[in-house]
Amino acid sequence: MSEHIVSLKVYFTIFIALMVGTALTVWAGLQDFPGPLNVIVALTIAVIKATLVVLYFMHVRYSSRLIWVVFASALFWLGILFALTFGDYWTRGWL
Amino acid sequence: MGAPLAAAVEHEHSHPALQHHFENLEQQREAGTLGMWVFLVTEIMFFGGMFFAYTLYRTKFPDSFATASNHLSLPLGAVNTVVLILSSLTMALAVYSAQVGKRRNLILFLVLTIVLGSAFLGIKAVEYRDKYVDHLIPGKLIPGNPFNPAVAAHGDTDPHKLHLVGNAKVKEVEMFYWIYFAMTGMHAIHMIIGVALLSVLLYFAWRGRYGPEYHNPVEILGLYWHFVDIIWIFLFPLLYLLGRHLLHSA
Repeated sequence: MSEHIVSLKVYFTIFIALMVGTALTVWAGLQDFPGPLNVIVALTIAVIKATLVVLYFMHVRYSSRLIWVVFASALFWLGILFALTFGDYWTRGWL
Repeated sequence: MGAPLAAAVEHEHSHPALQHHFENLEQQREAGTLGMWVFLVTEIMFFGGMFFAYTLYRTKFPDSFATASNHLSLPLGAVNTVVLILSSLTMALAVYSAQVGKRRNLILFLVLTIVLGSAFLGIKAVEYRDKYVDHLIPGKLIPGNPFNPAVAAHGDTDPHKLHLVGNAKVKEVEMFYWIYFAMTGMHAIHMIIGVALLSVLLYFAWRGRYGPEYHNPVEILGLYWHFVDIIWIFLFPLLYLLGRHLLHSA
């Protein structure tokens, strides 16, 4: 598999999307949304921005399956870290 | 150059940068990229632990975390976010320049990335100084300047004082600042290492080592740089924006 060169147009489009995301996240942070919606909106925008960086700036979209698996494993282990440790803290009150 | 070059010459169609244990440059490139990704997995776990600590204490002390977050400078945090994303763009353009063999552009974009990275660190230093002045460095990390912020009375608008929201307590605000300094501090150390490595790349780019055939060091340092950018993409809303909306309703 030979190297894929991402075009300049793609880089600039992603950059503009990231700038729009930054502006949106500041705007949303100043709004008083009901309940936990502020956190949800902030994290959704951050996850979208991070996904764009990973797929295009870090070339994962054009990378081999092996890179995909390695990256997915990071998310998997991060999930274990959060799930098991939170499981501990949440259930301490049950004793 | 002597020994590795001699070993590489044994390869057919050898390139000076091809190490003897690889079949060809393509295999070497894939291996290097994979190695950097494995390192980034460990980095995700490393920062993951701190993100977990943040989540836990934010759930425990929501009002105190909102109070502390509101004391951070939103303009400086937002400007730094723009600076860092811009540096990611220049880094991506540096990789592109190496891929298409434009040495002058590669040097230009590496310099721009170094300048933007340093600007980020400069703004961060200004923010840290503000926290020092307001006695918000947690514990007794700085001799003679322990954590001891002034608390604003009702109606007092002095921005140097803490404006407690809801059930916020100064002791819990201190926990936010432990996490703030741990996370932004580790992030800043990663930036400093990144700028140092970029300077090394700049030297070799100047010497003309990177071109369309061989540019893996530029590519994998790019991966590292974008990773550090991603950490900030999460840190910015989580640290700077978590309690702003409470200011209206307070």
